[in-house]
Amino acid sequence: MTVSDVTEDDLHAYVDGALAAADQARVEAWLAEHPDDAARLAAYGEQNAALRECFAPVLDEPVPGDLLAAAMPAPAPDGRSIWFRIAAAIAFLVIGGAGGWVARDQWVAHPDADVAEFALNAHTVYIAEKRHAVEVQAAEEAHLVRWLSKRLGKTIKTPDLIGLGYRLVGGRLLPDGGRPTAQFMYENEEGVRLTVYVQRNDQVTETAFRFIDHKGVSAFYWVDEYFAYVLAGAVGREGLLDVAKEVHQSLAR
Amino acid sequence: MISKERQVIDEIPHLRRYARALGYDKTSADDLVQECLARAMGRLHAWQPTGTMRSWLFTILHNLHVNLHRVDKDVFDIYPDSYLAERKAAQADSHTGLLVRDVNAALAQISDEQRSTILLIGLEGLTYAEAATVTGVPVGTVMSRLARGREKLREIMDQDAEQTLRRAR
Repeated sequence: MTVSDVTEDDLHAYVDGALAAADQARVEAWLAEHPDDAARLAAYGEQNAALRECFAPVLDEPVPGDLLAAAMPAPAPDGRSIWFRIAAAIAFLVIGGAGGWVARDQWVAHPDADVAEFALNAHTVYIAEKRHAVEVQAAEEAHLVRWLSKRLGKTIKTPDLIGLGYRLVGGRLLPDGGRPTAQFMYENEEGVRLTVYVQRNDQVTETAFRFIDHKGVSAFYWVDEYFAYVLAGAVGREGLLDVAKEVHQSLAR
Repeated sequence: MISKERQVIDEIPHLRRYARALGYDKTSADDLVQECLARAMGRLHAWQPTGTMRSWLFTILHNLHVNLHRVDKDVFDIYPDSYLAERKAAQADSHTGLLVRDVNAALAQISDEQRSTILLIGLEGLTYAEAATVTGVPVGTVMSRLARGREKLREIMDQDAEQTLRRAR
């Protein structure tokens, strides 16, 4: 065994347990004769242990709902209502502005990355939450609007639905294909919850109301000059249409 | 075989831990991970398992971090000060050992490149080749960052220990 047998890389690989048994023995023989290196490696080993101890608690924290929602699988391309596919196709055209990085990544055209689908999923995830339904409570409405406007890059308003008995619970920020999106939640006296999903629209196209229904949750979807909106709730088509009109009017005021 | 989606979800705790160790507070770390997941899900259909899901996700997270670090440190400044103060208080309350506190403080004093290399390997257990993929440099560069970073950490922690001893006398 000669001195040149052991390199600095070998020493680190020894600390990280990345050596084969034969090489491990070789390094151990070296360390027996070189106490300085042995002390150094002991310190590196302690660093690894301290790092793991320091940050281990993060692994035990419950994963926030936002992150689980962000990892929600895109749905299978088939097996859904024709209405949904039409809406998805429309939504895909509407969010064409997102095509910038999509094209860069040579991402195959996949209409599932659509606003309406995500809005319905997000609706289902968050209306079930008791304590963490929203990130920012309605009591902090000014902050909520400022914050979401900043993230969306345009000033947004919270629709006023009190005339229909729905009060604002609060809101949160969601990612949708990498685009910041705001979700506002409303609740009436019976505890029925609605969500309004607002995403910046960089296209000029405006659309009329379109209705979609997926797994019992209905949504109206439309696009104005600045934003794409999805109103979602399990209140039936007629009930939801009244609210959609109110949202639309409220935003126009 | 575990689905791709499931593999992504399984990595979330590790992505969060890495982001926190890089120095982001809890809120900012989760914002970063959320952005990482949003991008990953958008590209998941096109993803081919040439490497591990972990190294792919860490690559996305790492690039987001590097971009932020480089151009816009302000982008995650979205919460009111009171919220941040509350987070800091919660962190201060947690009782951690001396060595653990030292390593955390020492981490802040080395370069971002050394820090991320050490964390990917020493904390997250990535192989040298995976760490090279994630950070976008050759393995040789990973090895030299690892060696320099570890030595720097050792110096800082030795100094800290000496000072503590001197104060105790």
